[in-house]
Amino acid sequence: MWNRFDKRDNIRRYGTALVGLAILIVSWRVMNVNYEYLLTAHYEIYDLLYRMVPPDLGYVNEIASPLIETIHMSIMGTALSIIVSVPIAYLAANNVSPHWTLVYFGKFIISVTRSISAIIWALIFVVMFGPGALAGIFALAVRSIGFIGKLLSEAIEEIDPIPVEAVTATGGNKIDVFVYGIVPQIKPAFIGMSTYRWDINIRQATVLGLVGAGGIGLVLDSAITRLYWPGVTTILLSILLIVIFSEGISAYLRKKIGGV
Amino acid sequence: MSTKESHTWNRPSVFQSRVRKWAVYSGIVLFVLWSVWELRVPIDRLIVGFGAGADMVSSMFPPDFGPTARGRIWTGMIDTIAMSIVATIAGVILSAPVAFMAAKNYAPRPVYYIGMGIIVFSRTFHPLILAIVFVKAVGVGPLAGVITLAVVTIGFFAKLLSEEIEDMDRLQYDAIRATGANPFQSLAYGIIPQIKPRFIGLSVYRWDINFRASTIIGIVGGGGIGSTLMSSFQRFQLDFSLAILITILICVMIGEVMSLKVREKYQ
Amino acid sequence: MLKIDGLKKTYSTGDEALKGVSFEVDSSEIVAIIGPSGAGKSTLIRCVNRLEEPTEGTIFLDDVEVTSLSKKELRNARRDIGMVFQEFGLVDRLTVMENVLSGRLGYMSSLNAFRRNYPEEDIRRAREILSTVDMAGYEDDRADELSGGQRQRVGIARAVIQNPKILLVDEPTSALDPETSRKVMELLIDIAQEEDISVLINIHEVHLATRFADKIFGLRDGEVVFEGLAAELDESAKDKIYRGEDPEQEVDVSDDSELQSTDIKEI
Repeated sequence: MWNRFDKRDNIRRYGTALVGLAILIVSWRVMNVNYEYLLTAHYEIYDLLYRMVPPDLGYVNEIASPLIETIHMSIMGTALSIIVSVPIAYLAANNVSPHWTLVYFGKFIISVTRSISAIIWALIFVVMFGPGALAGIFALAVRSIGFIGKLLSEAIEEIDPIPVEAVTATGGNKIDVFVYGIVPQIKPAFIGMSTYRWDINIRQATVLGLVGAGGIGLVLDSAITRLYWPGVTTILLSILLIVIFSEGISAYLRKKIGGV
Repeated sequence: MSTKESHTWNRPSVFQSRVRKWAVYSGIVLFVLWSVWELRVPIDRLIVGFGAGADMVSSMFPPDFGPTARGRIWTGMIDTIAMSIVATIAGVILSAPVAFMAAKNYAPRPVYYIGMGIIVFSRTFHPLILAIVFVKAVGVGPLAGVITLAVVTIGFFAKLLSEEIEDMDRLQYDAIRATGANPFQSLAYGIIPQIKPRFIGLSVYRWDINFRASTIIGIVGGGGIGSTLMSSFQRFQLDFSLAILITILICVMIGEVMSLKVREKYQ
Repeated sequence: MLKIDGLKKTYSTGDEALKGVSFEVDSSEIVAIIGPSGAGKSTLIRCVNRLEEPTEGTIFLDDVEVTSLSKKELRNARRDIGMVFQEFGLVDRLTVMENVLSGRLGYMSSLNAFRRNYPEEDIRRAREILSTVDMAGYEDDRADELSGGQRQRVGIARAVIQNPKILLVDEPTSALDPETSRKVMELLIDIAQEEDISVLINIHEVHLATRFADKIFGLRDGEVVFEGLAAELDESAKDKIYRGEDPEQEVDVSDDSELQSTDIKEI
């Protein structure tokens, strides 16, 4: 008779399912969940909601300036990372890099900056620059190098070589080749990914203050420490607002110019 | 930056008018300038900062991989990995119904809006912010982290899966329904085979993202290596911090490679 | 045995696809519906098993009033109605055998369906039908590996294994080349006669309709404008149906636009 799965298929299928289940159970056990907490969770959530509503709208005055600082941080962080990412992407792109060792160097910078979250970079830069927006800007910038650098070097690797050769053939030097042969081809993707990254950075910038790196996160941290929950609600709402706002701008710009 | 070459050459623009185009560009430039001005950083602070950076680096080396440190890193990373796995599985399971709710051409209007609402909500806040709330609700520890990551997963996974469902071939589903199959059977034969590869690919991809996120969730008390890292910074045990950072870096890279390999196999 | 009376279908967009269609199909009879694209042929066929909900009118299959059935009863009724689709409607990522056996879903429990645990009798019958449609040996091939003609043969096998009283056939050949079309039609009619199944077929190639059908209905703008034996379809009748357009030149853009507004509430 016909069977969809023969014996080996079945062993593999049930084996995979069992292994998956085992991993799940082991993972759960490893976490050492304190079930007593779970028993009070519904009470805590109710309590939290009760304290958070209604929001303290008067708090808006106090959070306005950290909120603006958050936006500035995101813009500066993105701008700084763009400046640094362009040469790094150039080095990391196989087809235009001056030397193959530089390709590895570029890719190394990209993976290191990419693999560590902005908030961890913020921990480091707070040690360097002390608490404040400066640390936040550097954290955003460094994390974004990996993001923009990766996408940009991939975009450069995919360019059509003919325009590049054409510019070279007319006697252009390296800079001419870059400006006339490469830039026009990657411009839409570049603008798209920069805008997209800025959008992400706003979201990131809202939390960097939790480790002292400036912006609205600082106020959020102190409001939580003081258990000032109506203020927390106001802060969350304000974050919601700027995130939606930035998403709108980013979507508009990407639709108009960007390719990502 | 890359916009320079268009300064000297009038070519057709994607904006309706050149006025609008310049308004957009100068708006961006103005905003950047404003940011520079607002946050103007004294040069000496930068110099001091980089000086401190040199000190920091020297106190980071050599990284502390001593026996105690290894033990703490091991515990933290195991927690982190466990959190990422549980959160991904929970998040993916919760996402599936939301994805159907948010599939425009299958869900009735009101259900669609509820589905999209859930997605938008869980995408808007940074995981750390949600983690703060959940730490308050279920206490400090990995459970808060798992709930956070599961919620964030819904926003990502349900969104992409709902797009996959919208693009699905409707006819295959209709053909199964036409045989008299019940809703569950129609799902199992008419829909699941179509979305399965993408489902697996996305799950693995999301695990990769959740793993990265679970390295930081401990910063606000959500369990995992993040809390170890945070406390090492607070106590200025920077050589231990570096050891943790190196471990995170290596594990994240391994995770990325694994996720890529699995996705290549299935897609 | 199939009796359609005053069938109307108005889409939510306001398009009237069917404006009161009535006709009958007798036992073991082969009835063709012809007409220009957009006449409502596909809608008519899809209304019979309620893949499309009729707005008004009644449909009887023997003693069962299909139009008034509950969802569960409808599923039982659908087991008696086999359907063959224009674009085949095979589930791409399932094997040929799974596709054929999906015709038995209406008789299986969900669990067995999910586990692919098919009754031996069904498997024996599936092999038999596959060899009738000349697809023996392809059991374990995935549906998307087959050619168009082969896929339609599998589609026919899936409909036949239901042991239906009637086959609804929606433009079975418009995705096939003329030679394959002819073969598929011959096969379809042979099987129907052998198994004693009535056929309601909607087709745009008039020469195929006159060759294979006992009875022909001409549909135009959602109304029946011709009704008669295949031999009675003369030039003036064709003229009435196609209003002077050459029917053979008719490029049938699949009636997709008509199908979009269905809502699936069964998921």
